[in-house]
Amino acid sequence: MKTCLVVDDSRVIRKVARRVLEDIGFEIAEAADGVEALAWCRAAMPDAVLLDWNMPVMNGIEFLRHLRGEPGGDAPIVVLCTVENKIDRIREALDAGADEYIMKPFDGDIIAAKFAEAGLL
Amino acid sequence: MDLLAALARQRAGLRIESDKAYLVESRLNPLARREGFESIEAMVAALRAKREERLIWAVVEALTLNETAFFRDREVFAHLRDELLPALSRLPRERPIRIWSAACATGQEVYSLAMTAAESREIAPGARFEFFGSDISERCLEKAQSGLYTQFEVQRGLPIRLLVKHFENQDEMWAISPRIRQAVRWRRINLLSDLSSLGKFDAILLRNVLPGMDPAVQGRVIESLAARLEDDGVLLLGAREALQGVSAVRPTGVPGLFARDPSFSAAA
Repeated sequence: MKTCLVVDDSRVIRKVARRVLEDIGFEIAEAADGVEALAWCRAAMPDAVLLDWNMPVMNGIEFLRHLRGEPGGDAPIVVLCTVENKIDRIREALDAGADEYIMKPFDGDIIAAKFAEAGLL
Repeated sequence: MDLLAALARQRAGLRIESDKAYLVESRLNPLARREGFESIEAMVAALRAKREERLIWAVVEALTLNETAFFRDREVFAHLRDELLPALSRLPRERPIRIWSAACATGQEVYSLAMTAAESREIAPGARFEFFGSDISERCLEKAQSGLYTQFEVQRGLPIRLLVKHFENQDEMWAISPRIRQAVRWRRINLLSDLSSLGKFDAILLRNVLPGMDPAVQGRVIESLAARLEDDGVLLLGAREALQGVSAVRPTGVPGLFARDPSFSAAA
């Protein structure tokens, strides 16, 4: 079973994303900010990361840059999932190493479509 | 319900099943509101009393299915990018390669085609494409032509790299680039009408349309589209759509892809 790390400071969003991703066959781990997420990745690199942008302690883009510098950190498929919806911000995320990008609000269909797009399904 | 089904069948060849009343309701409710009626029943009563052409068409338009998405069926677009568009680009033509998305709804399919052509690396050098989008619904065409899509729409099927490459933010919407928008020409077309003035096409797409049509008109629509194909032209239906009793086109082995039959010449 593929693993997906869901990184979001909102417990509600994590819960919704978990339900959707479990339905499409992922095993889920959760983190509430970039530092927690990085600790998870160092312990066990996931197949996929669903990543919020704006979070306390360490935001999603900082996490992503750190991740891509880690040993094995280029392997996970990273899908941003954020309210940021300006094209310059999306470009910034892609430049930092994101594979796909979801603009909130999302639903199950969008997550499934984007994960398929990213080659995860 | 019977009146509505009959109108949809006569005017647009649509199949409205009598057990799908909820679908009819969900499609007609917004129209009834826009037209200032208290209910669908009131609108139907007015239809019966006056038979006003404009209202009849508004109702038929509202009953058409316009479910669509960018890059709907990813395998089909991968095939278009890697095989079909490159093959079409090598056809011996003095003019641009003409591709028609018949029943294009709000335009996502034909814009996806234009983006696919821009992305394909196998297109013959110097080949040019002309894309055509048509639909029976004026409202759909207006939206298609505007090239403006909601955040929800651009997240159904469109890879993020293509969003970044071919779209810009415009207030709360996403606007497709002038380059892609200008690659497409639009026209309101009822597929039941005489199509002979449209010229010839190298490929016609009619995906996910036939299943919503009255079986009695399906063969006629296929024949009149086949008559608009060049001798070496192709017709692309939905991957799971089969044709029975139609001699104008024959299967190619690729799901949904049909070639014009060389012996077909009816009304061409």
